[in-house]
Amino acid sequence: MRKAFPILGVLTAILLSYALYMALVGAPTERTMGDVQRIFYYHVPSAWTAFILFFINFGASVLYLIKRNPAADIVALVSAEVGVVFCTVVLVTGPIWARPVWGIWWTWDMRLTSTLVLWLIYVSYLFLRRFSSSGQTPLLAAALAVLGALCVPFVYFSIWFFRTQHPQPVMGGGGSIDPRMLHVLLINWLAFSCFAFLVCWSRYRLEKLQRDVDHAHALESLLAPRGSVR
Amino acid sequence: MNKTYYLFAAYTVTWIIHIAYLGTIVRRYSRLKREIDELKKPGARS
Amino acid sequence: MTAPTGITRVTLLKDLRLEWRSKDAINSMLFFSLLVVVVFSFSFDPSAEESRQIAGGLIWVAFLFAAVVALNQTWARELRNQVLDAYRVSPAPANSLFIAKTLGNFIFVTVLEALMTPLFVVFYRLRALGPAWQLLLVAVLGTWALVVNGTFFAAMSLRTRSREIMLPLLLFPISIPALLAMVQSTTAILNGEGARFWIVLLVTYDLVFTTVCLLLFETVLNAE
Repeated sequence: MRKAFPILGVLTAILLSYALYMALVGAPTERTMGDVQRIFYYHVPSAWTAFILFFINFGASVLYLIKRNPAADIVALVSAEVGVVFCTVVLVTGPIWARPVWGIWWTWDMRLTSTLVLWLIYVSYLFLRRFSSSGQTPLLAAALAVLGALCVPFVYFSIWFFRTQHPQPVMGGGGSIDPRMLHVLLINWLAFSCFAFLVCWSRYRLEKLQRDVDHAHALESLLAPRGSVR
Repeated sequence: MNKTYYLFAAYTVTWIIHIAYLGTIVRRYSRLKREIDELKKPGARS
Repeated sequence: MTAPTGITRVTLLKDLRLEWRSKDAINSMLFFSLLVVVVFSFSFDPSAEESRQIAGGLIWVAFLFAAVVALNQTWARELRNQVLDAYRVSPAPANSLFIAKTLGNFIFVTVLEALMTPLFVVFYRLRALGPAWQLLLVAVLGTWALVVNGTFFAAMSLRTRSREIMLPLLLFPISIPALLAMVQSTTAILNGEGARFWIVLLVTYDLVFTTVCLLLFETVLNAE
């Protein structure tokens, strides 16, 4: 299992490099936006990856509520953290894309606004995990995760309707996509998914180790001879 | 500002964010390793 | 089954009686309402035509802050007297406690809103061009949305460091869809436009989150 990690790491690095090459060179240049449009190949896969990770967080939280499985709790934590990282990428590359294309850094368009709210929800989740005392954290966090995940459809619905009432420039374009571009998009998504998997795996191992160490400390304090001072 | 600069800015920032996060993982890991070595030392202080 | 509703009623009446006797919370919230409206009036010029357009938003932001202030007090008293531990060991269902607390908060926040609304109407010279009874409906639905989640998160925040800041940190992001609905429906009704979508959204939101909070409250209360 341990040996797999470096091999997968190298494979992922190769895949990412290939995906980058395709995004910069292989993909055809977009007609209206030019080369700047290529940000799309990083912006969209990051969004999809973030959504998947948040969904995993929801699943793991529900599993924890039902089974109280510590591994599920770690998966919930890890998927939320890495999800927020990818979501941050989306929120940063979005404006960098918008500026040369639309002349403005931010537009309250449907996708960007929903992503921002999603980011806020999961950052608040991470704050709860950091600020609560370790005994109760898994349960409280799981409850919050469920509420947050349930909120997501409402976020999309409300912002969708709001935007149809008050239309704004849509970023990222809609409509059909050139099959060659779709191909490059999917390659980048695959590469980033593998990357996300490896990052999650590392974070998981770190967290597991951290908890084992904390557990060892706790045991030591319990079993320490009466005279010793901590 | 030339539009292509935005493209490279976006890609660079993406990797900065990812590497920063990986950096935090690495840092916590090495700190943890040190802590484990301390624990393993014979007659370790509690 | 009379037992849970009995407990709910008793808890609710106890909270109301305590507040009425102490008058601390009511007085401070009275003054708070006035202050909020005055500050908003200085920040967003009431005489400007644009302010009438955003009045819906102003009112609900003011209500939101009032709700946070009220909610932060909600468990503080319980904690002081270790009442929470007593609830936990008693056989009373956690849901009864949650409903009682939520209803109590709902009443408090509604009182605040009732105090602030006339001030807003007067200072901003508001006039509802649409059916005014819908405004009442929006107020009830919106306040319930804030209060049901707020009470739940207030209970959660008890177990955290920096508990006062924790409540808004948790409440605001999740309340965003409801807030959007509250503001948009209020603005629409004030301007004589249709608010049906937003009201339906609010009803759905209230149903979903009340149910889930009820289901999860026991877990949160007993988390150890």
